[in-house]
Amino acid sequence: MLAYPTVRTSFLFLAIALAGLLVADIAITTSNPWQDLGRFFLGVATPNFFSTEGLFTALLRTVAFAFVGVTLGSICGFLLALIYRFLPVRIFCAFIRAIHELFWALIFLQFFGFHPLTGVLAIAIPYAGIFAKVYSEILEQADPEPARLLPPGTHAFAAFLYARIPDCWAQLRTYTAYRLECGLRSSAILGFVGLPTLGFYLEASFSQGQYSDAGAMLILFYVLIATIPLWVRPRLLPAYVVAAPFFLGEGLPIVWGNVKRFFTEDIIPSPIRKGEGLAELSGWMSDLMINEALPGIWNTVVLTQIALVATGILSLLAFPLISNHFGGPVRRTSGHIFLVIARSTPEYILAYILLQLWGPSMLPAVVALALHNGGIIGHLIGRQTNTLQLRPDAPTGFARYSWELVPRVYHSFLAFLFYRWEIIMRETAILGILGIYTLGFYVDSAIQNIRFDRAMVLILITALLNIGIDALGRHIRRKLALQTMPTC
Amino acid sequence: MSNKTFRKWAAASLLSLSASTVAIADTFVFTAIPDEDETKLVERFRGVADYLSEQLGTEVRYIPVKSYAAAVSAFRNNQVQLAWFGGLSGVQARRLVEGSEALAQGVEDEAFQTYFIANTNTGIEPGDSLQSMADDLKDRTFTFGSKGSTSGRLMPEFHIREAFESAPEDVFSRVGFSGNHTRTLRLVEAGTYEVGALNFQVWEKELSDGNIDTDSVQVVWKTPPYPDYQWTIRGDVNERFGDGFKEKVKQALLNLDDPALLESFPRSGFIPASNDDYEPIRKTAESIGILD
Repeated sequence: MLAYPTVRTSFLFLAIALAGLLVADIAITTSNPWQDLGRFFLGVATPNFFSTEGLFTALLRTVAFAFVGVTLGSICGFLLALIYRFLPVRIFCAFIRAIHELFWALIFLQFFGFHPLTGVLAIAIPYAGIFAKVYSEILEQADPEPARLLPPGTHAFAAFLYARIPDCWAQLRTYTAYRLECGLRSSAILGFVGLPTLGFYLEASFSQGQYSDAGAMLILFYVLIATIPLWVRPRLLPAYVVAAPFFLGEGLPIVWGNVKRFFTEDIIPSPIRKGEGLAELSGWMSDLMINEALPGIWNTVVLTQIALVATGILSLLAFPLISNHFGGPVRRTSGHIFLVIARSTPEYILAYILLQLWGPSMLPAVVALALHNGGIIGHLIGRQTNTLQLRPDAPTGFARYSWELVPRVYHSFLAFLFYRWEIIMRETAILGILGIYTLGFYVDSAIQNIRFDRAMVLILITALLNIGIDALGRHIRRKLALQTMPTC
Repeated sequence: MSNKTFRKWAAASLLSLSASTVAIADTFVFTAIPDEDETKLVERFRGVADYLSEQLGTEVRYIPVKSYAAAVSAFRNNQVQLAWFGGLSGVQARRLVEGSEALAQGVEDEAFQTYFIANTNTGIEPGDSLQSMADDLKDRTFTFGSKGSTSGRLMPEFHIREAFESAPEDVFSRVGFSGNHTRTLRLVEAGTYEVGALNFQVWEKELSDGNIDTDSVQVVWKTPPYPDYQWTIRGDVNERFGDGFKEKVKQALLNLDDPALLESFPRSGFIPASNDDYEPIRKTAESIGILD
């Protein structure tokens, strides 16, 4: 078995994760974790939909921010996709998508403040980077034949519009619709840093132990996501896109002087700002590296590796839940519900909930990341098994699982997993805001101390780390000949 | 959803939206650091907004924020003109906004205190100084409040560093930031953290309201007094809201005598304050390196 490179790679990552477990801080620190968990589930079972007058406005804002952000992101992303073959464009896109929406929001909050633009750009910018990459991949795979058949002298734009787009239209549309769902999740969590979306109220209810209120918000959010096919109709889309900007709320007016100040003063390293010279600057930098960046990087990497393997294990355990090759319709339906909930809940919210219940350590983060990402991959793999035809005399039960199905889907399973590696790392970094000592913790501390120069350096480091993991993930996927469609 | 129901839904939302937003052009906006449970803050500061609006004859609006830094940033960016800051956030804000002034502080803020609290399962007994409790405290789990808090972070960290001559991370086995004082209280009460430090007013108010399980958590040490919360206003408000506006705000705050409103802070009243009152806070913050 070890002769297969995929198996060797799997064991290597498993070993790294196990070593990570030895050094990681994995503990439940609350004295009564199960009692709190019970109270939480009781809250979800007895939701209170009328707790906050602002709840429905918040839901509306969540949708509005998602629509405006994703629309803007997809337009910019599409334009960037057209010039994606240029290296500087690719680097630029890799960079803007390596920075998480919440980090973008924290940056814009410093100069746009509570203006809707903060939330819109926080979604639109990283999404533009992702759209650019995926759109260009889709466009590249289009059949070149129709273009060749056009009469000579056809304008490039016409050729693009009539020979290229029609071939990829379905894919472009599917992917954009899929990102809209991601946009709803992003929009919801922006509330955690103060924007008027669902996260704002969710955080308030949770932190005060009002689980019935929080349960109501979660249920509304699931319903919103699960009913996307019902209310997001191609014919209605233009109406939504036009209406959405009017539902963002007014926020507070932008003072443009703040923008200039942020870029010309706030983010300049303090020794330079004070004109203290190079010696001071290198002291400043090494202090930042040794006390914040390095511990942050270490914890981010350790947590990412553990979460990656936990995600893999959970995906492999979860896909039979929705596979036609096992069980009856009842189990498959409940399996679907479980996976929908797992993948619709943003990692950030899951981690937040588990941290409240179990206390601070890496454990809640690992479980949250594994649940969310495992839910996504389990769903995709489970769906894939449904297209497989087994021999009529194929074994059943565990033998069917381990000898028939897993080997057949293992390649695409690894492809999805390595695709999500970078996404898991981006989330891991951001979970630091919740109090786990990853890079996000130090970024948040710097912002809390009004030291944006430090925060920017740390965000840059986070982005570079992400770009590195992205490249490594792509390398491994190429080496193992793994192909996949993008997920978010 | 059909077109018709969508239109209905859109119209309904538009109505609710226009009802919930107000014109901001000449609205005097203030905020406060989110040091306690949000519902309490919203209730308290809506009351203050109504009161100020009546006294000043201008529209006054309170906006809730999610972090201490967000309050400072909003003040600095002139999106709010007045703020109820803690000692440290006030110092940070006034350093960043030239001409801004501490207007008024609570009577209790002249001599504010931090209480160190411990879960009773730890067996930690109340002591006279942190040094004398060293054996009991070392390697416990410990939580501050917010990273930007004076009573929940700055002062307790200062005293920990003084007593143990090392950083909190080296004294305790685990150091966390609960987010706010109410959370610190709940986390130590539940045993998630063994020891914590919080604003003494929050403790006293929760205690008198009967919201603390005194069998699970007790005060083990009290810091010496220091200056804390204050109302800080931007220097340019007179240009925007008319001559003498700053003085009007100050008088309104000093005259605030609605017992229910004062009780919600909880403060017995407000007295004049000045920027110089907070020099000790600035020095402390510099000495532990959270202010450049």
